[in-house]
Amino acid sequence: MNKRQIWLTLITLALFAAVPPLTVILDQPFYMDVVARIMILAIAAVSLDLILGYGGMVSFGHAAYMGVGAYAVGILSYYGMDNGFLQFPLAMGASALIGLVFGAMSLRTTGVYFIMITLAFAQMLYFLAVSLEEFGGDDGMPAMRSEFAGLLDLNDSMQFYYLIFACLALTLIILHRLVLSRFGMVIRAARGNERRMQALGFSTYRYKLTAFTIAATLCGLSGALFANLNEFVSPDVMQWTHSGEIMIMVIMGGMGTLIGPVLGAAAFLLLEENLPEWMELVMTNAGEHWAIIMGPILIAIVLFGRGGIHALFIRKGKVHG
Amino acid sequence: MDPLLLLEQAFNGLQFGVMLFLIAAGLTLVFGIMDLVNLAHGALVMIGAYLATALVAWTDSFILGMILALPATFAVGALVEIVALRTLYRRDHLDQVLATFGLILFFNEIVRIIWGPVSLYSGLPDYLSGHVEIIPGAPYPVFRLLIIAVGLAVAAIIYFIVAHTRLGMLIRAGASNNEMVGALGVNIKSLFTFVFALGAVFAGLAGMMLGPLTSVEPGMGEPLLILAFVVIIIGGIGSIRGAFIAAIIVGLADTMGRVLLPVLLRAVVSDAAADTAGPALASMLIYILMAAILVVRPRGLFPARTG
Amino acid sequence: MFKQILTRTIGLVSGVAMAAMAATSVTAETVKVGFITTLSGPAGIIGKPMKNAFELGLEHIGGRLGGMDTEIIYGDDKRKPDVAKQLVNKMIKRDRVQFVSGIIWSNLLMAVHGPVTRSKTFLISSNAGPSGVAGKKCSKDFFNVAFQNDMMPEGMGKYMTAKKISNVYLMAPNYQAGKDMLKGFKRMFKGKITGEVYTKLGQKDYQAEISALRAAKPSAVFVFLPGGMGINFIKQYAQAGLSSQIPLYSAYTVDAISLPALKDAAVGTFGVQHWSPDLGNSVNRRFVSDYRKKYGKTPPFYAAQAYDTVMFLDNAIRKAGGVGDREKLRTAMRVGDFSTTRGTFKFNNNHFPVQNIYLREAVKEADGSYVTKTRGVILSAHGDAYAKSCGMKW
Repeated sequence: MNKRQIWLTLITLALFAAVPPLTVILDQPFYMDVVARIMILAIAAVSLDLILGYGGMVSFGHAAYMGVGAYAVGILSYYGMDNGFLQFPLAMGASALIGLVFGAMSLRTTGVYFIMITLAFAQMLYFLAVSLEEFGGDDGMPAMRSEFAGLLDLNDSMQFYYLIFACLALTLIILHRLVLSRFGMVIRAARGNERRMQALGFSTYRYKLTAFTIAATLCGLSGALFANLNEFVSPDVMQWTHSGEIMIMVIMGGMGTLIGPVLGAAAFLLLEENLPEWMELVMTNAGEHWAIIMGPILIAIVLFGRGGIHALFIRKGKVHG
Repeated sequence: MDPLLLLEQAFNGLQFGVMLFLIAAGLTLVFGIMDLVNLAHGALVMIGAYLATALVAWTDSFILGMILALPATFAVGALVEIVALRTLYRRDHLDQVLATFGLILFFNEIVRIIWGPVSLYSGLPDYLSGHVEIIPGAPYPVFRLLIIAVGLAVAAIIYFIVAHTRLGMLIRAGASNNEMVGALGVNIKSLFTFVFALGAVFAGLAGMMLGPLTSVEPGMGEPLLILAFVVIIIGGIGSIRGAFIAAIIVGLADTMGRVLLPVLLRAVVSDAAADTAGPALASMLIYILMAAILVVRPRGLFPARTG
Repeated sequence: MFKQILTRTIGLVSGVAMAAMAATSVTAETVKVGFITTLSGPAGIIGKPMKNAFELGLEHIGGRLGGMDTEIIYGDDKRKPDVAKQLVNKMIKRDRVQFVSGIIWSNLLMAVHGPVTRSKTFLISSNAGPSGVAGKKCSKDFFNVAFQNDMMPEGMGKYMTAKKISNVYLMAPNYQAGKDMLKGFKRMFKGKITGEVYTKLGQKDYQAEISALRAAKPSAVFVFLPGGMGINFIKQYAQAGLSSQIPLYSAYTVDAISLPALKDAAVGTFGVQHWSPDLGNSVNRRFVSDYRKKYGKTPPFYAAQAYDTVMFLDNAIRKAGGVGDREKLRTAMRVGDFSTTRGTFKFNNNHFPVQNIYLREAVKEADGSYVTKTRGVILSAHGDAYAKSCGMKW
């Protein structure tokens, strides 16, 4: 990571940190929730970027791990176990395990098969969640906010916000180290030319599987936070369309960078929130048809927006090749 | 378990499978020949359904409307290919996935603007609304029998084209190695457009037949799209034969699974456990099946690509 | 370079801040009501008439609830609990509404009930009436102006028992309301039940269930399949030849929404309802005729409930003299005693209505249109079964 990227990351994080006091001053508590949601999805997007941007693995089922994390919290809450110190590790552990299992099977395939298999596995989990009557099925079920005995009160919006902030910062730091380490270099090299890496003696399958599992674990964290934010879990979080949205955040923000997906998550969610209202300013009743603008925007980004938002700030030297 | 009921459910499974085949056929051809991941294929199912509904209302004749909808869908398919998809062939799969995802949003919205967000319920003409006792004691809806017949007929037509015509030869060659076919002087551009539009017609046909059975609404194609993916993964990308066999397997497995699993489970575990686990397993069955097949055959049952 | 990044991000942030301030609303004396229904997807067929009727109701009272400045914020929940939660969150925190109303689906109501009541905002259900908020968990900030889910099937259960029909096959979608419906039926039905099947919410193809139903050989079928689900099921039921073989009874399934799509397939079926377009009171007559004139269709019961929500709010705010004093508002709301499409309204101790349940039959009129006609009162001034578990007394 060069100096520019570090500055961009620090400024973004500083802005996020400044939001709660700002919303108190402006008396707009709603916007703390908006940015909290952005940060949670940013964690999911950054985790996807590890395997997508750096590893070149087009996993279309990433939202499933968010679902696993969310349901872990939800199910434990259902049985009265509100202890956050128990819930969060279990949520991350469960996503890690499922990521390991699904990854082990999916990574045996390549190309288009890989994309579709990851998609299919995610759908399988979705249908499993839908059929689990006990936990609400299609309706979903409410979840109480996790208790962190004495340390934190998640019912206080500001404390909860800073917990999410800490998780995001931690995620960025961990992945930063990972990507620059030997492990990270193998992953990136395998993306460029897998056969060469194998010829050099690296078991690329194992490296990829490890990266896949790490990504799933972090996404599980995002899910656990998501369940807390909404005080609700439902199968919809695992829908393949949600996986698509997370992927869009990564691309929009800048694939193969770490702060890119964070910016992408912010851009996507703000667009989704405000596009309808902006369209209303142009023409009444246009707002409900926001997707007709969103669709082509997406296509345009894919076709022309190489590098995403990240490239707007850091023009020289593409980070991924 | 009542054997008549089983037989009836088998017909239901066959009907479902045939519908999946129509959708999967176009999808696997486009993957196989153009190496294009097209998420918007489900939107073509929806467009076919809407066009049929509109044309039936306009011509005031069910048969005429349905028949006219076929070339209409072909035209839409060709248009989409020429305008939106040609730039994607050279791109990597990720770009294709995202761009076609954007197309889904766009199409669903266009349809919502033209026809409104509320579902359309189209009726069947009287001569198709009845039932026939193909299984004594169990009248089966005529329309569903028609769907099975049409699906099998289309499968036969596709088989004929692919195995016995020059076009079919080009398709098979293209599925194997499309660069070579282009190098051999065939107008690849037109072939691609034709193949895509043909796939669109099949998908649209599925939508048209599904419409009177249930309803026509924005986003109706997406759930079927995922199942179509499973079908071509199991069948092997680029293989029509694979798509057909896999579609029937998936259709039967899903329908029979939903009916039989709870019953079978009751014999093994307690009633309460069976009632919870049964539907859960049934809905996951297709994916478990897919995973199982992939363990043995990572490229599906009848993979067509050599490259 | 650092300056570049800094200036660009400041620009971005100020843009967001301006958007935020633009969204802040005006004075504290405005009555602000959020109205949430499903406007997209197959269920839009229910939400649209409700929004229409709500707007008609506002028109009838001159656009001012209780005579005060009124702002209505409409929301589309897309039938998803998390979308509903987000909408509710936005309405409460950003738009600062005093009332959240609407909500068609019981599962959505269960999802937003906690957040709304905890935030000192009144929640008025214009349709959903799950048992979960009618008994022990009743809340002083929640009012239902529609019905409690079990009421209708209770009526059907009583009717079918009285007619000595036995061997009944039951079907409902697999969610809170579906389960409530069949529970309510079984509470009053004393005959034999041949089967009880729960289908997937939003399911479109019922062929498998119809095959199983036929194999069970019941003497009658009772279903709860609202909106598009009912349309698909009854169409397929008729296509399979069962309409003439096994009589079909339903609740919330055959109504002004589904009849135009079902046409002959529904004729002869019986349903239960707390309202019918042919109810004779003056409010209802005006509502039905103005709705028909303005929107060209007969309103469904969902719409009548949305219209009654306007009347309810108008009456309560007027009686309380404003929205500032929540205690006064609550008292005014509880008193009821206002005119609706169902006559004079009365609440039970759990804030659910006490009302008549009618038997309705689907018929084809001389002019070719399809309507439901009231055939008699099954239960009179009926209160729901959960009221006694609710601890509220007033």
